Amino acid sequence: MTTQFKMDAPQRPLLDRTEQGVIHRPLDRPEGPLKVSGRAHYAAERQLPGQVEGVLVRATIARGRLAGMNAEEVRAMPGVLGVFSDERFLRNPAQGGAGEAPVQGVREIFYHGQPIALVVAETLEQARHAAANLRPSYEEAEAQVDPATASDVDRPDKRRLDQGDLDRAMAEARASVDVTYTTPPHHSAAMELHASVASWEGERLTLHGSYQMLKYNKAELADSLGIPEENVRVLSPFVGGGFGSKLGISPEAVAAAIAARDLGRPVRVVMTRQQVFSMVTHRTSTRQRIRLAADEEGRLTGIGHEDRVYNLPDEVFSEPTTQSTHFLYAGANRRLGQEVARVNRACTGSVRAPGEAVGMLALEGAMDELARVLHMDPIDLRRRNIPDRHPEQDIPYSARRLADCMDQGARAFGWSPGSRREGEWLVGQGMAAAARINMVAPSEARVTLRGDGTALVETDMTDIGTGTYAILGQIAGEMLGLPVASVDVRLGDTDLPPAAGSGGSHGASSAGSSVFLACQGLRATLAERLGCEAEDLTLKDGVATGGNFRADLVDLLSGGDLSEEGKFEPGETADDASQAGYGAFFAEVAVNRITGETRVLRMLGTFAAGRILNEKTARSQCQGGMIWGIGAALTEELSFDPRDGHAVNDDLAEYHLPVNADCPPIEVHFLDERDEMSCPIQTKGVGELGISGAGAAVLNAIFDATGIRVRDYPATLDKVLAGLPD
Amino acid sequence: MQVDLTVNGVRHALDLDPRVTLLDALRHDLGLTGSKKGCDHGQCGACTVLVNGRRINACLALAVMHEGDEITTVEGLGEPGALHPLQAAFVTHDGFQCGYCTPGQVVSACGMLGEVREGWPSHVSVDLEGPVDLSDVEISERMSGNLCRCAAYTGINEAIREASAKSEAAE
Repeated sequence: MTTQFKMDAPQRPLLDRTEQGVIHRPLDRPEGPLKVSGRAHYAAERQLPGQVEGVLVRATIARGRLAGMNAEEVRAMPGVLGVFSDERFLRNPAQGGAGEAPVQGVREIFYHGQPIALVVAETLEQARHAAANLRPSYEEAEAQVDPATASDVDRPDKRRLDQGDLDRAMAEARASVDVTYTTPPHHSAAMELHASVASWEGERLTLHGSYQMLKYNKAELADSLGIPEENVRVLSPFVGGGFGSKLGISPEAVAAAIAARDLGRPVRVVMTRQQVFSMVTHRTSTRQRIRLAADEEGRLTGIGHEDRVYNLPDEVFSEPTTQSTHFLYAGANRRLGQEVARVNRACTGSVRAPGEAVGMLALEGAMDELARVLHMDPIDLRRRNIPDRHPEQDIPYSARRLADCMDQGARAFGWSPGSRREGEWLVGQGMAAAARINMVAPSEARVTLRGDGTALVETDMTDIGTGTYAILGQIAGEMLGLPVASVDVRLGDTDLPPAAGSGGSHGASSAGSSVFLACQGLRATLAERLGCEAEDLTLKDGVATGGNFRADLVDLLSGGDLSEEGKFEPGETADDASQAGYGAFFAEVAVNRITGETRVLRMLGTFAAGRILNEKTARSQCQGGMIWGIGAALTEELSFDPRDGHAVNDDLAEYHLPVNADCPPIEVHFLDERDEMSCPIQTKGVGELGISGAGAAVLNAIFDATGIRVRDYPATLDKVLAGLPD
Repeated sequence: MQVDLTVNGVRHALDLDPRVTLLDALRHDLGLTGSKKGCDHGQCGACTVLVNGRRINACLALAVMHEGDEITTVEGLGEPGALHPLQAAFVTHDGFQCGYCTPGQVVSACGMLGEVREGWPSHVSVDLEGPVDLSDVEISERMSGNLCRCAAYTGINEAIREASAKSEAAE
């Protein structure tokens, strides 16, 4: 049986009436013991009989045509089985949710680092050596690699908004700021290298890959190969981090599949770390002009937010930089817009919190600047500008505890800005609001109550570190009255019901709702068997009670399995209210007066994101997001060579992720909230909320400590040093 | 060429291409995939193993260099149902998310605590001699060769602190 539900109206919070008591609890991840003992197997760790190794080869020019290569010579090298450069090879990785083949054809070169060939050999050492000896020749063409000077610039209509008269609001404002912030390209840099093991059985392809959204990835892979979707199975039970870079199918999967079909042997292709930096999507740089106009009491009369980003020609994705500017603050006069420079650089796409992750860095910096102009506390300024209704769409907000997050966060943190000196260090505090739009997506799951009174949850949903294994088990346990140890969760296999996948923080709400719905169906059947109304059914610790009846679950099942599918679909509530997760960040930093080095001394985030399903995994998500904020604020910058557009710092020694010593303990608090407009389990996304604004709190703290306003992220030593007294 | 590797107390006779790294020998030839490849350049620490008790990046070593050495991987520390105290503490404190850097973190922490016991100073140690006080900054400094993009550092450090305190109490 199937229980279907479309989110057209708010739902009563059933999870507040169930009695098992496992929802929200900070339970350990059930897959934890496998991960900490090295027994969780990731994509590259599949070892199939007869498996051989492929190594990708990249273009070393920014634009042109592949004229030829010494393939015959390489084919003759020891162990080499083939040199492939198929017209179906992917030139660009797929964007998240594409569900169809991305740009194909690798003989036409559009960026430095583009895949052009795959060399396959019996062993990795042979393949690597042979790949290094493949020498392509090119017909070079003129390339545009600098987004600042690119001649081909799009201005997408969907990003344009002109409401009222911003110029006039600025001219008449009692206080205003007109500032330009820049953020550099960022890379997801997930720890697991992108990898695929492809094997064929007749016409059927099995791909062990590292992917976030399997139903789309299956479709993208099938379309890329020109085969029916039903002939493709993708498995990703464990994914070593994604952060957007594994949303869409990437070149190694298609190359492995084509080589495996040709050779009649399973082929493994693992990107090198350097290849990851150019062959999967990264986040664009941004140049953002922010204008804020306010009256004497700090009420915004106008907001302008215009940005320039980049992507390859013909890519539809552009960073939605101004996403939260649309709804976060009041202001009748508004101008938003975007320019997309078309350049010959590696493909840009979604990286954790596309839009807010960089848009909020600028907006929340500018708000801090406006507070300084007005001599106001930055929390006061923000509180005064929380709109009653969406300032552009005139719709209400769903649950929104922004003011509470700022107030309670300030208290917990001990908010007391004002520079103080400690030896050669200047210490100060900064804050920023957190906001990230909330989304849900279609998702399906199957839940089986087994005759022995245990349950099995099955869906092709992924757990990329987000805690999916934990929370789906908790939802099923709560709904079916079982301890989580009695619930098994199977994920990451396209033979299972298709889920939303992990992206846009919609996974927990969407996949969670599908599990909830399947369990609702099971509850209805159990109530019928018990002889009570579903409304009156209570399930706890394997016992069903209701309407003066009581029975053990096992007896109600009488030895047989009971299976139900849940299908969740977004509905009208998505348009009826503005939905977002909210929060507040607080940071205390010390800036060295001699060197300009910034150390984050402590950081706190308070968040309201609907029902929190597992307080432990949600906390980890927010801590991680906030550390991404530290990275954006202080260390992360992917540099492209202005001559040929190649990624210069394409490894983990030169692209500076925050390391342990860069991060103070991160304190996270959640406010109790239910968002009934979001989904039937009243949750909202939490995985991206923790990054959305975090870095601005750090730069605002640098200003508080030093009086130096860095608007060019990241605030590396040189930029701070330039403002310090001699 | 012929190489004898002793991994987690078991001796393996292998016939390896001399270019095979210790990491690839573990992962490909011995099926011990707990040690992870995150960069292959000694930059991320996901491949950390213990060689004669000392932590190294297995991706920077050739397998043939380690004949006769005692190599310990994450699989040798514990297994589900019988986890090493550090592994158990990582689960309790959620010192991981995706789990990919985790074996390296766990093995590195194990080696690091040994270094601390032996009184090795670090960049942030107040004194170069005498016992090391395992403060938060000492843990962070000594664990900074192990990157975690999920940024589970808060939980990692809590786990190490707890496991270290428990092992001290047991001594």
